[in-house]
Amino acid sequence: MALTVDVVLAGIKEIVVEVAGIDAGIIAMDKKFTDDLDVDSLSMVEVVVAAEEKFGVKIPDEEVTKMATVGDAVNFIVANGK
Amino acid sequence: MTRRRVVVTGLGATTPLGGDVSSTWEALLAGKSGVRKLEDEWAQTASVTFAARVAVDPSEVMERVEMRRLDRSEQFAMIASREAWKDAGSPDIDKERLGVVIASGIGGVITMLDQYDVLKEKGARFVSPHTVPMLMPNGPAANVGLELQARAGVHTPVSACASGAEAAGYALEMIRNNRADIVVTGGVEAAIHELPMSGFASMKALSTRNDDPAKASRPYDKDRDGFVLGEGGGVLVFEELEHAKARGAKIYAEVMGQGLTSDGYHIAAPDPEGQGVTRAVKLALADAGIPLSEIVHLNAHATSTPAGDVAEANALANALGSDISHVAVSATKSMTGHLLGGAGAIESIFCVLAMYHHKAPPTINIENLDEAVTVDVVRDVPRDLPQGSIACLNDSFGFGGHNVVLVFRSYEG
Repeated sequence: MALTVDVVLAGIKEIVVEVAGIDAGIIAMDKKFTDDLDVDSLSMVEVVVAAEEKFGVKIPDEEVTKMATVGDAVNFIVANGK
Repeated sequence: MTRRRVVVTGLGATTPLGGDVSSTWEALLAGKSGVRKLEDEWAQTASVTFAARVAVDPSEVMERVEMRRLDRSEQFAMIASREAWKDAGSPDIDKERLGVVIASGIGGVITMLDQYDVLKEKGARFVSPHTVPMLMPNGPAANVGLELQARAGVHTPVSACASGAEAAGYALEMIRNNRADIVVTGGVEAAIHELPMSGFASMKALSTRNDDPAKASRPYDKDRDGFVLGEGGGVLVFEELEHAKARGAKIYAEVMGQGLTSDGYHIAAPDPEGQGVTRAVKLALADAGIPLSEIVHLNAHATSTPAGDVAEANALANALGSDISHVAVSATKSMTGHLLGGAGAIESIFCVLAMYHHKAPPTINIENLDEAVTVDVVRDVPRDLPQGSIACLNDSFGFGGHNVVLVFRSYEG
């Protein structure tokens, strides 16, 4: 399956629901992981590792620090995925 | 200056007998056993196939997302402390006067072993970022302290099976020394896993009565063959007396004193003379400053090991002299199994309730009392304790030669 924005966003939603336990309905491209979704720095590591496994993409640590919003993560994975 | 007095104003627990204090106490008085055959796959081929798991699994009362960030021992601490805090009336207190002292004997050993499996099977990158906060022994205290926003100090004494009692003693001193007005204290343990159980089994410390688990924990019985590993924990709210009175809190009992000693004898075996225990009892009684005639009950450490039970009973008799004759001794591990770092905490709760209800819980599974045991053991059914002002002892010992004795007294207003 091609890694489109819709596909990746749906996958990220699943991961964040699993890690942070929040309602999938409030997860959107413009939401901030820390402020909006209760994903703290430790949980962000879990999100990244799960996303790498799910999408077969490597997310370097320096990229993780730039990912403030869900959209930042989705766009990186779409751009760098196979 | 007169010494600040400390009372118990809240209780919480999750044990092999029940998911809270009232169900645990009811099962305890009914003489029920919390020991069962383990369902886990690894246990089916182990040398010991049973243990005392909590009656209510955390997954039944805790959100999934909270659970995945907490080691099982931390889950027990949160469940028990929430009950205790609510029971105390969720006191409105200056957080700089609120402390937490919650112990664990072994810490997050299940997390450590599970994450080691992840490391070996999937690689370092997949090791959970929550691993260290989950495996650290101060994790249970730290999580409770965080939830309650306690800022007077959060502490974790570690002394194996004496840890929970040592925590209570530390909490007592925090309030006496005016560092805090309320301290949430207790002990937890979650170590029912292949590795710790194999370790205890290798020491020949565990009962191997695989054909009859409910009868395996039998302190003072001639045929006792070791302890039964249990899990869970207990939490008590300690509060300075005037603080408790000022807010109209329910007072269960008064915490009168503690005695601490160490054996200097062996890393795991008890001193057969029990001198360290005798000294700890004497120190605790001196700290409490009450007449020996008031001591009517004792919750013994009595884990059901061949050596430990008798050494303890002899030490108690030595410490109390002729006053041992009016002490009703209960060995509640016969029902709960041995909660290691949680033992001193749940047994402190049992002592507090014994003082509050004037009733000593029974000891079960004694078919033939060991002749070497000369203390008055409460067998099979609970026993009413005298009305009026009464006091009791809770003694706890840990591998390493740690001896802790606590004194509780009924609160008569």
